[in-house]
Amino acid sequence: MASSTERDLTRRSALRLALAGVAAAGWARPGEAAAKVATKARIVIAGAGAAGLAAASRLTQRLDGAQITLIDARRAHFYQPGFTLVAAGLKPKSYAIGATRDYVAAGATLVEDRVVAFHPESNVVVTAGGQRFGYDFLIVATGLQLDYAAIEGMDTRLIGVDGIGSVYGGPDAAEATWRELARFVERGGVGLFHRPETEMKCAGAPLKYAFIADDRLRRAETRRKAELIYAAQNKTLFSVPIVSEKVRMLFEERQIRMAHDHVMTAIDPGRRVATFKTPQGRTEIGYDFVNVIPPMRAPDPVRSSALAWQSGIFAADGWMEVDPATLRHRRFPNVFGIGDVAGVPKGKTAASVKWQVPVAVDHLVASLQGRVSEAAYNGYTSCPLITRIGRAMLVEFDYGNNLTPSFPGVIAPLEELWVSWVMKDIALKPTYLAMLRGQA
Amino acid sequence: MQQIDPMVFVAVFQEMLGLAFWPLIGFILLMVVAVAGIVIRDGRISPRRLVFAQGLGAFGGILAVWAMLWFTSSRATDLLGGPIDWLLTLAIAAAGVIGGAMIVYVALSFGPTSARRSPAP
Ligand SMILES: Cc1cc2nc3c(=O)[nH]c(=O)nc-3n(C[C@H](O)[C@H](O)[C@H](O)COP(=O)(O)OP(=O)(O)OC[C@H]3O[C@@H](n4cnc5c(N)ncnc54)[C@H](O)[C@@H]3O)c2cc1C
Repeated sequence: MASSTERDLTRRSALRLALAGVAAAGWARPGEAAAKVATKARIVIAGAGAAGLAAASRLTQRLDGAQITLIDARRAHFYQPGFTLVAAGLKPKSYAIGATRDYVAAGATLVEDRVVAFHPESNVVVTAGGQRFGYDFLIVATGLQLDYAAIEGMDTRLIGVDGIGSVYGGPDAAEATWRELARFVERGGVGLFHRPETEMKCAGAPLKYAFIADDRLRRAETRRKAELIYAAQNKTLFSVPIVSEKVRMLFEERQIRMAHDHVMTAIDPGRRVATFKTPQGRTEIGYDFVNVIPPMRAPDPVRSSALAWQSGIFAADGWMEVDPATLRHRRFPNVFGIGDVAGVPKGKTAASVKWQVPVAVDHLVASLQGRVSEAAYNGYTSCPLITRIGRAMLVEFDYGNNLTPSFPGVIAPLEELWVSWVMKDIALKPTYLAMLRGQA
Repeated sequence: MQQIDPMVFVAVFQEMLGLAFWPLIGFILLMVVAVAGIVIRDGRISPRRLVFAQGLGAFGGILAVWAMLWFTSSRATDLLGGPIDWLLTLAIAAAGVIGGAMIVYVALSFGPTSARRSPAP
């Protein structure tokens, strides 16, 4: 005969099974299935971008009584995947701009200030305004820093002047880039595209823009007047080999010339020449239009703190030392790093954020409950790789360079499809906004 | 890692359509109820009205595909990417045909002769 505790346990696991069945059938939402966890924990979230806002929403869904503080000085929220569409001349810059406040979950407090120092040894962050915030848990979601100064002669003020564009620089830069591209499409010449050798967000974006430029030239019937060059930082075009090969085929078909092992080190706006570091030494490429993509690093306060990797491939640029599966800091267990700032392979997209946030939040909540979470992030990253206006490849992959299609057998990842374009064009932004609210 | 959650679709469509979301759902429900009500009132589906509604509904299908192309800055040739694109196009067209036919059917049914007989030949 079973003892009462055993019976209790089987009853509880039966209940859990039933709940899991309901959840699998799609009717229960994660976080809502379980009752809220009562806690007085102080949780600080540094950075209220995609990852910070989504984490605050998820935490307020799961916790009752926690003190959740978001710290971010930027009032505008940028929907960055929209920059590509702005720079393609398809959307106004307002498409990519929202207000951070509108997405702050009820129950979380937004402090409009910037973190200047992280002290994980004493569980304190300090802001530019001189405020000190102690915490029980810290989530770092500061995104990354664009290091334009690392390219000699480059300055953000040059974006939109004399053929210089930079899709990454923000909504204004994206719009200015479109103006420069439109001028180039009319006049022709050399269009130069490249990417940095550092880790970067949305590694597909530099490729997309080369495809968009090609498409714009063809639509204007000026393709003959232009030569397009894509300068890759290493021997590939994309970190996932099967995707890299597909892009090579498409570049050849579209007559986009490829140069490998080219890293941009300097630009001379007067002469319209960019300098690249190559294994054979320095080489110059002249341009009439260039999409400058600067090196990317962890923001300075993270880089200079104990949170950064101390050795290994992520140390030089100061990415956060987190476990790739749980996003928990490897030395400070009450600290998590999510979004672009995390020192993990790949995973620097809004789509990764969507999968990282519930995992990190579950581990945090489990710590509060004295439970061990099984949730794990597998490196899922997605990139709707635009190959022309009206077509895209819905490329999804994980840490292991495996393709992980969401709709296997239905939406082929390496086909240029309209449906993939439709997703990028009309479904991605609403999904992103729903993610900020913790609803997707 | 994919989870299928109908609430996610609701949330996404709400973000997509904004304030138009609930009125649109309301309008669709209203049309469904109106068609059902008219069929029950008349005790049959009027074949003349149906043919007329289907004919005009076809324009609804074309309009739906055209609107989708316009919204997504696409061209007709973009629809030919692969079988899933043809299916999506068909689904959009079908939605346009059905929606258009329902609206026309309801409109005709409220016309002067509607309750007693179908429009005269
Ligand atoms: C051109 C372009 C195209 C892209 N295309 C896609 C795409 O197609 N699909 C996709 O999934 N992703 C895409 N992305 C990537 C995606 O936008 C990012 O990966 C995502 O925004 C990362 O979220 P995050 O919260 O880590 O960083 P962000 O969203 O950048 O937010 C970081 C926040 O931290 C704040 N912050 C910085 N430093 C501090 C500090 N010291 N103290 C306090 N706050 C601080 C910033 O003000 C900012 O609000 C694209 C990005 C770009 C630039």
